[in-house]
Amino acid sequence: MPESDLKAPREGPANIEALRGKLSEYLECAGRPLTFMEVCGTHTVAIFRSGLRSLLPEGLRVLSGPGCPVCVTDQSEIDMALSLAKRDCVVLTYGDMLRVPGSSGSLLKMKGEGAAVEVVTSAIQSMEIARKNPEREVVFLGVGFETTAPATAVTLQQARRNGLDNFSVLCLHKTVPAALSALCSNPDLRIDGFILPGHVTVVTGLDEYAFLTKKLRRAAAVAGFEPEEILACMTDLARQVAERDFRLSVWRLKDVPIEGNPAARRILSEVFEPCDARWRGLGVIAGSGCRIAEPYGEFDAVRKFGLDPAEDVVDNGCRCGEVLSGLISPPECELFGRVCTPLAPVGPCMVSSEGTCGAWYRYHQ
Amino acid sequence: MMCLAVPYTIVEIFDDGSARAESGGVEVEIRLDLIEDPAVGDTVLVHAGFAIQKLDRGESEEMIALWKELNEAAEASVARV
Repeated sequence: MPESDLKAPREGPANIEALRGKLSEYLECAGRPLTFMEVCGTHTVAIFRSGLRSLLPEGLRVLSGPGCPVCVTDQSEIDMALSLAKRDCVVLTYGDMLRVPGSSGSLLKMKGEGAAVEVVTSAIQSMEIARKNPEREVVFLGVGFETTAPATAVTLQQARRNGLDNFSVLCLHKTVPAALSALCSNPDLRIDGFILPGHVTVVTGLDEYAFLTKKLRRAAAVAGFEPEEILACMTDLARQVAERDFRLSVWRLKDVPIEGNPAARRILSEVFEPCDARWRGLGVIAGSGCRIAEPYGEFDAVRKFGLDPAEDVVDNGCRCGEVLSGLISPPECELFGRVCTPLAPVGPCMVSSEGTCGAWYRYHQ
Repeated sequence: MMCLAVPYTIVEIFDDGSARAESGGVEVEIRLDLIEDPAVGDTVLVHAGFAIQKLDRGESEEMIALWKELNEAAEASVARV
């Protein structure tokens, strides 16, 4: 990216009140109500927890987009994981995925019924488990965006190096830029600016998002997780729109390497190749998924077990898809807070503590 | 939670690319495959058991100091109005 496209924070986070004043000024300059979207579960929670939402000036709407990897995992993908547990595989997953509903129950429910479903905190642990259980097929659920995909990639490299033949990965990783591109092409949704996720850009670098400002003429900026950083980011988004000066900027205390993490990017491109992926509620987005590349094909659970994602989803009234694409806010769903609560979630956005519905339920009621 | 990143300080590095790291008195095992030239004492951002970025403590402390100054300046200018 040319140097000129990157603006260093001009006045630091200043204080909340001063930033809020500036934000109002730019909104007035823009001359119409603006809609921003954040695409990171941690931003969702940070905005609720800090009370930032109540401080936002009139004429600014902030939506929570598809930023929580648990929430965007499609029902058909969960169904594939459930079918592996039914086949007597040892299914290893990050804890967040346990309660996400498929079309017939969740991994947690299957665990309760005796299936071998275990929680790991790092992909690499799943290799150890495979090594200790040579008589069992061990499958790791690769879920998450660019922050967790490198961990899965390293694990696949190690599995190949060690010649583990009872280990495979159900690769459900997704990439953020392709989803933002898809959201921008939705005519029902007019998003003026994106608050970009801090940690994902640590891996990808900023270049991957340049299409937002350059090609699509949308405002975009990276924010950290402090309220000042998020507010400063929103202020700059409003400035970009008001001045029609669309340039990526960074509002983050800790330095984001502009080029991303070269080692992680190298490993990602070696182990994965882009594929079309199905996002919950958003449908299939071209080029937004990670498929295990050929040299590692024997570790691909989809190929190993001949899995076939079902196209039909069971309609249970859940409107997470519309929540994820910013078309409705959680209370507009008939199930929200009545049938669907954090204790008895119907949809994934209520399951995850970083999901929009979960955060809304905790901080809004 | 996979989506949560936590800064850890590297305490001991092992030959196999793993390390012992500490944060707030809690020690965990992490992997160092994704960062270059890790050293004991480095603070790193850890995601799902893997360090994904070295954090420059000196630099971030400097930035915090700068921000504090800016905050004070902004408050002073507000007070003057």
